[in-house]
Amino acid sequence: MSRAFSRFADEVFVPHRLAMIAVALGIVIWAALSMRWHWIPRYSDLALQGIWRTLWLLGLSCLIGFALAVPLGLAQAAGPRFLAVPARAFCTAIRGTPLLLQLWLIYFGLGSLFPQFPWIRESELWPYLRQAWPYALLTLSLSFAGYEGEIMRGAFKSVPGGQLEAARSMGMSRFAILRRIWLPQALQRALPTLGGETVLQMKATPLVATITVIDIYAVASRVRQDTFIIYEPLLLLALVYMVIAGLIALAFKLLERRFNRGMVM
Amino acid sequence: MFDWLFALWPGLETTANLLSLQPPGWGGNLLRGAWASLQIAAGAFALGLLIGTFGALGKLYGGPVTRDLLAVYTTVVRAVPELILILILYYAGTDLLNQVLRAMGQRPVEISGVMAGIAVLGVVQGAYATEVLRGAIQSVPRGQLEAARAFGMGAVQTFRRITFPAMLPLALPGLSNLWLIATKDTALLAIVGFSELTLETRQAAGSTRAYFTFFLAAGAIYLTMTLVSGRIFGWIEARYRRGQVAQ
Repeated sequence: MSRAFSRFADEVFVPHRLAMIAVALGIVIWAALSMRWHWIPRYSDLALQGIWRTLWLLGLSCLIGFALAVPLGLAQAAGPRFLAVPARAFCTAIRGTPLLLQLWLIYFGLGSLFPQFPWIRESELWPYLRQAWPYALLTLSLSFAGYEGEIMRGAFKSVPGGQLEAARSMGMSRFAILRRIWLPQALQRALPTLGGETVLQMKATPLVATITVIDIYAVASRVRQDTFIIYEPLLLLALVYMVIAGLIALAFKLLERRFNRGMVM
Repeated sequence: MFDWLFALWPGLETTANLLSLQPPGWGGNLLRGAWASLQIAAGAFALGLLIGTFGALGKLYGGPVTRDLLAVYTTVVRAVPELILILILYYAGTDLLNQVLRAMGQRPVEISGVMAGIAVLGVVQGAYATEVLRGAIQSVPRGQLEAARAFGMGAVQTFRRITFPAMLPLALPGLSNLWLIATKDTALLAIVGFSELTLETRQAAGSTRAYFTFFLAAGAIYLTMTLVSGRIFGWIEARYRRGQVAQ
């Protein structure tokens, strides 16, 4: 611990860095004193709800997307042709078009299609399908699956063939090989990229505000429209996203350390 | 000419009419939007390359303050959603320009959407390009640079003759990825009301209620752009890798 601290101190307590930190602090103090922040107490509840919505949209879409990405990657890396070609086409289509377009296609397209079928309107799911968030979650999940499927394809392919042959010669079934040998090693290889992709996914979440999901970005836009204050909500919003990005990076660092335990690097 | 096809597939005729290039159809609007998107993407990519080159050189050879400032720039841009950067830079940029103009006794101007889009996306692209180019420059073997110095080449000459050609094949995959991001990020300008492909599509879809037709058509246009540019980048990469040892 003390060694880590002294290394940290070595990096920070350099004259030019101290000067830069002083300047940054000066800017922060100036911003706190002379910019307009009186709107914060009025909107704080809404902002917390918005942050929470952003976070769960991000977490859930990453989980669902990743669950879809594993079969997508596996189909492309080792699947038969009739599975590999559609999986590849899906990944290309997702990665080749803007997320905003996908979001609007699903929200406006499906949203205008569903009410035409009486049985959908009478079904149990209808109260949910009338809201915007299921469409946002679906689009974000599909998008994450498309990008991640490509990464998992590379990760599955990069596991040495000898490992799989050894597992086969030990008499493991194909599913056991996947669960015990192939997937863990592929995951370990994909993990550093996965962290970056999760940050990219976080950066994509504010788009859901365009289909009326009230995430933290939508709250900031509302502050701007209500009070005509432009910069302050945007700067605070940028800060919130930076903190979330930092937390994601930290979480993946810890995860990687855990995953790499006992591995010969 | 296509009558037999329309007889086989009744929906096709309305689709063809909606997408036709003449005014009752919206095809012309879509293509105009696509052209605007391409222009912004190309401009932003070029600006990003310019910023990225200086950023990478600054990060590698600059003084400690330059390096730290560049680190702040790349970290912030890569952690904050593009949409928010676009809004901040758009408002702040217009404000700043008008204040400068007012100080000089000029009248405030309205910034054109294309220029604002290029500037904002270029700043975002610059951060990513800095990292791509820095990695590529760093992986040029040291011996080559030492050999260049031994031949008496100056810093600029070394960069032009040795570093740049040697790093280009290493940087191209990252740069091609950046170009794809640039074409897709132009869609974000739809939210600030600039009529590029995505916004034109939404207007067309909104006024005809044919959401699937138009969004799928726009998707096809974007996909064509990315696939064609992927081919072009692959071709350039193969060309620059000629005569290099295969890795």
